[in-house]
Amino acid sequence: MLREFRPALVMMVLLTVLTGLAYPLAMTGIAQAIFPRQANGSLIEKDGRIVGSELIGQDFTKPGYFHGRPSATSGPDPTDPAKSVAAPYNAANSGGSNAGPTAKSLIERVEAEMKALKEENPNAPVPVDLVTTSASGLDPDISPAAAMFQVPRVARERGLPEARVRELVSQHTHGRYLGVIGEPTVRVLQLNMALDALPKQ
Amino acid sequence: MTFIGWFQIALFCAVVVVLVKPLGGYMTRVFAGERTFLSPVLVPVERGFYRLSGVDERTDQNWVTYAVSMLLFSLVSFTSLYALMRFQAVLPFNPAGQSAVEESLAFNTAVSFTTNTNWQSYVPETTMSYLVQMAGLTVQNFVSAATGIVLAVALVRGFARRSAAGIGNFWVDLTRCTLYILLPISIVVGLFFVWQGVPQNLGAYTEATTLEGARQVIAQGPVASQEVIKMLGTNGGGFFNANSSHPFENPNALTNFVQMVLIFSIGAALTNVFGRMVGDQRQGWAVLAVMGFLFLGGVAVAYWAEAAGNPAFARLGIDAAPSSFQAGGNMEGKETRFGIANSALFATVTTAASCGAVNSMHDSYTPLGGLVPLFNIQLGEIIVGGVGAGLYGMLLFAIVAVFVAGLMVGRTPEYLGKKIEAKEVKMAMLAILILPLSILGFTALATVLDVGLAGPANQGPHGFSEILYAYTSATGNNGSAFAGLSANTLFYNTTIGFAMFIGRFLMIVPMLAIAGSLAAKKIVPASAGTFPTHGPLFVGLVVGVILIVGGLTFFPALALGPLVEHFAMNAGNLF
Repeated sequence: MLREFRPALVMMVLLTVLTGLAYPLAMTGIAQAIFPRQANGSLIEKDGRIVGSELIGQDFTKPGYFHGRPSATSGPDPTDPAKSVAAPYNAANSGGSNAGPTAKSLIERVEAEMKALKEENPNAPVPVDLVTTSASGLDPDISPAAAMFQVPRVARERGLPEARVRELVSQHTHGRYLGVIGEPTVRVLQLNMALDALPKQ
Repeated sequence: MTFIGWFQIALFCAVVVVLVKPLGGYMTRVFAGERTFLSPVLVPVERGFYRLSGVDERTDQNWVTYAVSMLLFSLVSFTSLYALMRFQAVLPFNPAGQSAVEESLAFNTAVSFTTNTNWQSYVPETTMSYLVQMAGLTVQNFVSAATGIVLAVALVRGFARRSAAGIGNFWVDLTRCTLYILLPISIVVGLFFVWQGVPQNLGAYTEATTLEGARQVIAQGPVASQEVIKMLGTNGGGFFNANSSHPFENPNALTNFVQMVLIFSIGAALTNVFGRMVGDQRQGWAVLAVMGFLFLGGVAVAYWAEAAGNPAFARLGIDAAPSSFQAGGNMEGKETRFGIANSALFATVTTAASCGAVNSMHDSYTPLGGLVPLFNIQLGEIIVGGVGAGLYGMLLFAIVAVFVAGLMVGRTPEYLGKKIEAKEVKMAMLAILILPLSILGFTALATVLDVGLAGPANQGPHGFSEILYAYTSATGNNGSAFAGLSANTLFYNTTIGFAMFIGRFLMIVPMLAIAGSLAAKKIVPASAGTFPTHGPLFVGLVVGVILIVGGLTFFPALALGPLVEHFAMNAGNLF
């Protein structure tokens, strides 16, 4: 029986070198050579500064921007690092709310979101993704319905015609892969950058 | 539910089924030691492995030696992973400056990854260094998966061989599985993931200044290389806390589709390996049919429940109807790019297999939507199942099914020409009963102790579901969670650690005993009295046995959790 000890030890060392060092390091080398942008997190630079990643959502609160979905991520409390406080779109601590469907806290939170959104645009029904937190807390997308819902506010704040903003949303709407796989989405960060790039009226 | 949603589910099933034969054929050749197109490159590496570790590749092991090899290898795995986590602060590849992992967490995580569970009591991006992620966790992603696969192959050899003493050589099977199957697929699909946006770097976390001027720290790392084996080996441990819902792990619907196919590919192909090795591929298809039947039932319930959404939202007047502008349904804890169909499908796939990766938060599912993952694991994850574990779990049920059939007609049961006798049935029942013992036992314990009751984040029946899910997931070696549970405590880390250990090894040892006992038997020639095990009658019988065993055992616990919550939700009760 103890004869099997040597292969157990040696195999562990060999497989660690192969799958734990050679494999990930070689993959890093190849990835950096052929897909450098994606391998480094699809970062977006503007005026020489990194403004974020194409794939990671940001916490938009200003009325002139399209807002992403609510985010349940948290971060350490600046006054007491042992505690954690709400920190939406914390890309160093991803996660969801884990609120169950019958949780009072969930329904109260959704109701508050709902109220604020109704005041902003009383004419349209509130799309469900705009009042629910995403799984990662970093969802870069909203549904086209959620983008269209925000068009009147953004247009008003920016003094743009609604039709112009709606056109921009359509341009930034991505359909399903091959028309089949996934769901239609709107990338919030890219849409907002496009808004900023519009010539002032 | 929408047509396009069902169409995507059908497309997924079709791709998995198409892959069964080619992958099954390739894997059969690998485990038979035949030449494959990769042999010119890999044979020298393989030989080197055997020479350095002192393994004679022509030696066959009996079931006890095979089991001891596997256990020793798991012990070495556990020890090295534990040490790596405890010493990560002073080791290289640690740009985020992570400190040593605390003892009970390191114990829990080391058990978790060596048992192919990948339960995570920690937040990876704030806990683990890149070195631990690569040389610790990624390694276990490979070898714990390979261990599962070779155990299934060993059991199949038990059926296929006649009057034989051995069931293969663990070291040879382990090496071949890693070199010829897991590594090549990981390299190719891993690079596809990078192309689609999954990061692969060793840099420090990125500091960005957002459009509104706030500071955003973006976690980075060698994600793609771990992501692919996490799915292929049905491991499921996320590089990030949000797992496959994190846009860096799973950037778009296409990577999501590929991830789901990866979870099922090896498990489904193993049914074909089984068929080929016992000399009748129909036997494999029959097993796959049982799996497919149970799978589609689960998907239908989960998709329906999640698409129907939360009635409390409807009362607030929220628009959750599916349209061409939104997915609708219960979007709490789900990502926009996956919507309802691909989230419900992923949840069913990941728990049918023992993967445990998630692209949506199961804790926020509707009660019946969350019941499906829970029930899938409680059935023993035999619906395709964990790589290897699914097949051997299913074959244990098949043994019980032929035994039941034998009782009905008063004839000694046979399966694939082997007489199923008292020893095999006892061992099969032992392995099957381990599951409820650990799941229900630990859940009962946690619900009466203060340290256990401190865990759930949700009140009412959902809190109970969180505890039940944790021990179900641990014992089933799944690793997904109703993640509201605060599991990073001494009590949960320890009990969940033991549940994972029990669920893996106390099932494997009886299973290998069956393999050894079967291999030694002669083949009984089929006669008019032989019960055919490739037809619809057998498929129906196995499905029945699985549902009755699973249903009867777990129904009371499920009634206290998801079922009562379902009725409470519809009655408008909140907790």
